[in-house]
Amino acid sequence: MQIFKNTNFDFLRYKWPFIGASLVLSVAGITSIIFHGGLKYGIDFKEGTQMTVKWNGAPPQNKIRAALSSKIRGEVSVQPFTDIASKDQLVIGTEKMPEQQMNAARKAMQETLENTFGQPQSGKLDFNNAGLSELIDRITVPLQQANVQLSDQQLRQLASDMLTFKNTPPRSGIITGFDQLTAVPGVNSAIIGVLKQQCYLAPFSIRDVVMVGPKVGAELRTKAVLATLYALGGMLVYIAFRFEWIYGVAAVVACFHDTIITIGLFSLFNKEITLTVIAALLTLVGYSMNDTIVIFDRIRENLKILRREPLESLINKSVNQTLSRTVMTSGLTFLTVIALFLFGGPVLHGFSFALVVGIMIGTYSSVFVASPIVLFWHNWADSRKRMVAGPVSAPAVAKAQPVRKGTTKVGR
Amino acid sequence: MRKNVTGRTIVIIVTILVCVFGIIGFPKSKDALVDNVRRNIRLGLDLKGGSHLVLQVKVQDAVKAEAEQTMERMKDEMRKQSIDYASIDRNDPNTVEDADKIEIDVKGVPPAKTTAFRNLINEHFSQWILTPVSSTDYRMTLRPTELVTLKRDTVDRSIQTISNRINQLGLTEPTVQQYGESGTQFEILVELPGVDDPARVKEIMQTTAQLEIDDVKEGPFVSREAALSQKGGILPLNTKLKHEPSHGDRGESWYLLGKTPIVRGTDLRNARAGQDEFRKWETNFTLSPDAGKRFARFTESNIGNRLAVVMDDQIRSVATIQARIEDSGRITNIGSEQEASDLALVLRAGALPAGIDFLYENSVGPSLGADSIHAGIVAGLAGLAAVIVVMLVYYKRSGVNAVLALALNTVILLAALSYFKAVLTLPGIAGVILTIGMAVDSNVLIFERIREELRAGKAIVSAVDAGFSKAWWTIVDTHVTTVVSCAFLFIFGEGPVRGFAVTLTIGLIANVFTAVFVSKVIFDYELSGRRQLAELSI
Repeated sequence: MQIFKNTNFDFLRYKWPFIGASLVLSVAGITSIIFHGGLKYGIDFKEGTQMTVKWNGAPPQNKIRAALSSKIRGEVSVQPFTDIASKDQLVIGTEKMPEQQMNAARKAMQETLENTFGQPQSGKLDFNNAGLSELIDRITVPLQQANVQLSDQQLRQLASDMLTFKNTPPRSGIITGFDQLTAVPGVNSAIIGVLKQQCYLAPFSIRDVVMVGPKVGAELRTKAVLATLYALGGMLVYIAFRFEWIYGVAAVVACFHDTIITIGLFSLFNKEITLTVIAALLTLVGYSMNDTIVIFDRIRENLKILRREPLESLINKSVNQTLSRTVMTSGLTFLTVIALFLFGGPVLHGFSFALVVGIMIGTYSSVFVASPIVLFWHNWADSRKRMVAGPVSAPAVAKAQPVRKGTTKVGR
Repeated sequence: MRKNVTGRTIVIIVTILVCVFGIIGFPKSKDALVDNVRRNIRLGLDLKGGSHLVLQVKVQDAVKAEAEQTMERMKDEMRKQSIDYASIDRNDPNTVEDADKIEIDVKGVPPAKTTAFRNLINEHFSQWILTPVSSTDYRMTLRPTELVTLKRDTVDRSIQTISNRINQLGLTEPTVQQYGESGTQFEILVELPGVDDPARVKEIMQTTAQLEIDDVKEGPFVSREAALSQKGGILPLNTKLKHEPSHGDRGESWYLLGKTPIVRGTDLRNARAGQDEFRKWETNFTLSPDAGKRFARFTESNIGNRLAVVMDDQIRSVATIQARIEDSGRITNIGSEQEASDLALVLRAGALPAGIDFLYENSVGPSLGADSIHAGIVAGLAGLAAVIVVMLVYYKRSGVNAVLALALNTVILLAALSYFKAVLTLPGIAGVILTIGMAVDSNVLIFERIREELRAGKAIVSAVDAGFSKAWWTIVDTHVTTVVSCAFLFIFGEGPVRGFAVTLTIGLIANVFTAVFVSKVIFDYELSGRRQLAELSI
């Protein structure tokens, strides 16, 4: 099976509309960033405390906000997740503040949730947020009293199994009734009875807590910027070393173009830039580079074989020859990334979004951004040479024309 | 090249065996197999849940304590040698950065005693540099080498103490280590896989746990001012004023205590939670033999006097000595069993030499981890399945080569993670998925080249050879650029970025082996079997 057989699209003829489209996208992205007053950074970069909480049903946003605002100094944000799959989760966050206050805020968040939505006054243990050792401590004696004979190790195993059951999707941290636990091997009605008597079920479960203090925040930012710059620089050097320097520049400009557009789209869709998104952007840079190199490699190879071919048609030919692989690779990588985007869950959402967008743009930029730059440079260098050399080179160009057909045949 | 198919096949089989062993070991049963895989493929904190903490040791505390001690000893020595002084004070550096600015100001030393004073400092306090400010006043600063040693030592001891405390919690495979450069940065990295109650563990880590038992000179007073005004505005010699917070129906109070503790935290032999006669929680401790003798002597001669248990600068309880006490004591008024056993734990593990601040926390709950593993596996399998189907449909028989190479790539990647004891994180899984993309790319490059060569009319065998050799440099270029960027990600990146870089790099190296070497061997094997092959299924 083959999709492209000996294609001969004149890609470079349509370079202007595509370059125009690139410019429009870049400008739209940059405008959006300016309009939003900068990028929306994730907790890693903007500092602060952040707690993700999953609810049994729709989260009572206003009640949470009201309960917290009196307990925590500064602004408290309560934001639901945007994607439908995790609409029962929300993120509670504080603004940036000194480390000690952040720790206090983190403690206050947890305590306020427990006090407002749990039943601490009942003296029971919240099963949905209990730790293993807490649970074991709590049920050991009551189980003995209820005549459930278990060795320490069996008890530990049982408690751990029950918590694992609670944490495994689709429950993902919350059970709504103790009777659900009958699905766990070894759990009988006596054990359920003890649990009901000793524990209660809060309607929420804390999924993660992130606290980034000013000191670490600054360090993370510097490291991310350094990593990006050095990675780009390293690739530029390698390509310049393997090809002509203009190829390196063209490849880096294309990557820059991809990154700008992707970041712009993050702003347009109001998505957060996190540390993982930075990793995705760097992957995308690597991917776009990869794509560009494949085409450049072909151009270099053709330059050796088709010496007399004008550069524009040579580049066109190279793009056409690699078209099949470009489409296959991009298509397949796109498939894996789409899988990540659809099934990867909220944690990887930003990461896979960047890649889904980036792979499309990266593929396109190799053909319509990187290749034209090489062409423009050579045309410009040639015309300057011609101007210096005067009329001498004109017949040389004219002579090149009839030879082209012949060489094309040899090339095939 | 084609002749050596057997040799190359052996290389591949050995690689597969080594890799499979790295992942599953020698399992004797199905359970053992699952256990081995769990042990060999280490999951990161983001997948199995746990806490990642960065904390900073307040080295200024240690520096201040050192100054404090020096001041006490100086006053004693100066009294002994009858050198008068008006005051000896220290400044109060409040941040880690300011720790180096510690200084002791000595005022009002009579000019006649200058030489005696200088000699005293040089002899007994040589770690300090003495600078005259005027004919009677001096400033003392800590020698730079001394500062460095003191700060480094403080961080080392903090790491030791925190490790002790965490080990007593019974967590598996915790990490406690210096974060950043030793001597210039005072941060500690703590990783606690599987911890399900990070708030409590943070509390345990943060407690300074400085315990002392002091004799009560006078009290209680209702406030610091009340105490001072009764003493004419200044504290009597060799005493200190400590605060007892209010609990129950009793308000807060202040006591005048003896300056030197009778028993210190370092004198403890053991501590454990217990209940008193009213079933209220308390923490009991026993003293080391030496301290026990000292304590016995003291209590015997002070029956009827009072003792105060002071914990982290606050009085926990005051009691009257009824009889000689040998080697045990207790801290009462504790809210719950857990608090009592946590306190016993920190007492057993020893006191921190300085306070700590948490700079960073990333705690992933077990349910989020479980979800992420689930999501990662589903995404990985879906991606892989899609790729396999497309490769088989598009490249037919040759697609099988690619799929085999892909499978082997994944196996090598997992084995490498196991052998290097690297950790698989969520971004790491993303790295694996990208590796799949790159692996597919290499195969596609080669296959498209072979097709081109076939179209140009080359014989099958030479078309395959040409396809591989022409695609080779393109593959090298693409892989090297990505590895270069991964190297920078690893060097300058942090946490998730690093995990991503590690898996992607391993995957790329494995890919060069599988896509180029293994795939070629499979082609060669097929082609050598049938010499007169009319058509290549590609």
